[in-house]
Amino acid sequence: MIFPMDLSIIVTGLLCGLIFGFALERAGFASACKLTAQLRFKDWAVFNVMFTAIVVCAIGLYLFKLLGLLSMDDVYVPTAYLWATLLGGVGVGAGMSIGGYCPGTSVVGFMSGKIDGFVFFLGIIAGTWVFAGAYDWLEPMLQALPGPDAQTLPQLMGVPEWVVIVGLTAVAAIGGWLTTKPQKQH
Amino acid sequence: MNQNPKPLWRPHAAGLLLGLGLLLTFLLTGHGLGGSGFTTALAAKGAQVIAPAATQSNAYLGPMVEGGNNPLDSWITWQVLGVAIGALIGALSARRFKWTVDGPTRLPNAGRLILALLGGMVAGLGARISLGCTSGLGLSGAATLATAGFLFLGGFFAAGALFGLLTKRLWT
Repeated sequence: MIFPMDLSIIVTGLLCGLIFGFALERAGFASACKLTAQLRFKDWAVFNVMFTAIVVCAIGLYLFKLLGLLSMDDVYVPTAYLWATLLGGVGVGAGMSIGGYCPGTSVVGFMSGKIDGFVFFLGIIAGTWVFAGAYDWLEPMLQALPGPDAQTLPQLMGVPEWVVIVGLTAVAAIGGWLTTKPQKQH
Repeated sequence: MNQNPKPLWRPHAAGLLLGLGLLLTFLLTGHGLGGSGFTTALAAKGAQVIAPAATQSNAYLGPMVEGGNNPLDSWITWQVLGVAIGALIGALSARRFKWTVDGPTRLPNAGRLILALLGGMVAGLGARISLGCTSGLGLSGAATLATAGFLFLGGFFAAGALFGLLTKRLWT
């Protein structure tokens, strides 16, 4: 197998990060207004950008594996912990509604001049300290109800991978078709 | 000469670039993109500088700084530096860079900044509970079709929508 190449080195960090940051900026995700407008259902860019990216990447990974170029055993797949994964998502979602960003987009926001993006970033550091302070108390919940190691949706549902990819593509396409209106500037 | 900001890309165009960049990341490194891995390393390093003894004895931060280890000496630090450079290039080249306080349009700047700090704390706490944020779990996890990625996204959008409803009146 040629991929993955195990090149977690400075230059790949800078390159991959640069593409990530540039794409988020072009999507308009430097703006708390634009990001939270999704959560008020005024603007569907967050859904459309994220789902397009997920589907494009998932199809790419699937094709590379199909061609025998990629060993998925060497690709990191996170493990679900029912309470921790769900509650963490709740925290990050609530945090975005309240404060306007998420960890990655707060950096993007600050780099386009948003002071509140920087303050949000400082808040994340403070929130991490709160977590560290409460760690002994939180620990039992963090590991509760773990799913199987690195489980994927196709494994969970017992269907072939392509079925899930087609399903996600359909969700992305229908969502995009229902929500793509003339773009407003934020 | 036109001084107005260039228009944003269409969501599907930005999503395509994001997806290809994420695919490239997986092929080169075997893992996806992240955000909160860096803020965690920075929090550990900052705690070590401010309160070394308390940091070493902390059950969560202690192992990160054990034996003189620098938590910032990690791939994610370079990746977030790349994010910052990419975002800055994007903002400057589109004439979108502007010092401003974004946030709820009906609040004065001080109120916006207080909410940004509070929201950041909630998001930072959440991202540690789930061991990942919107980038690491929601985007990268879901792209590998991980159950964890979709579970995270379910919680993210449900809570985001609920708090979006509660904070609706702060926006025009």
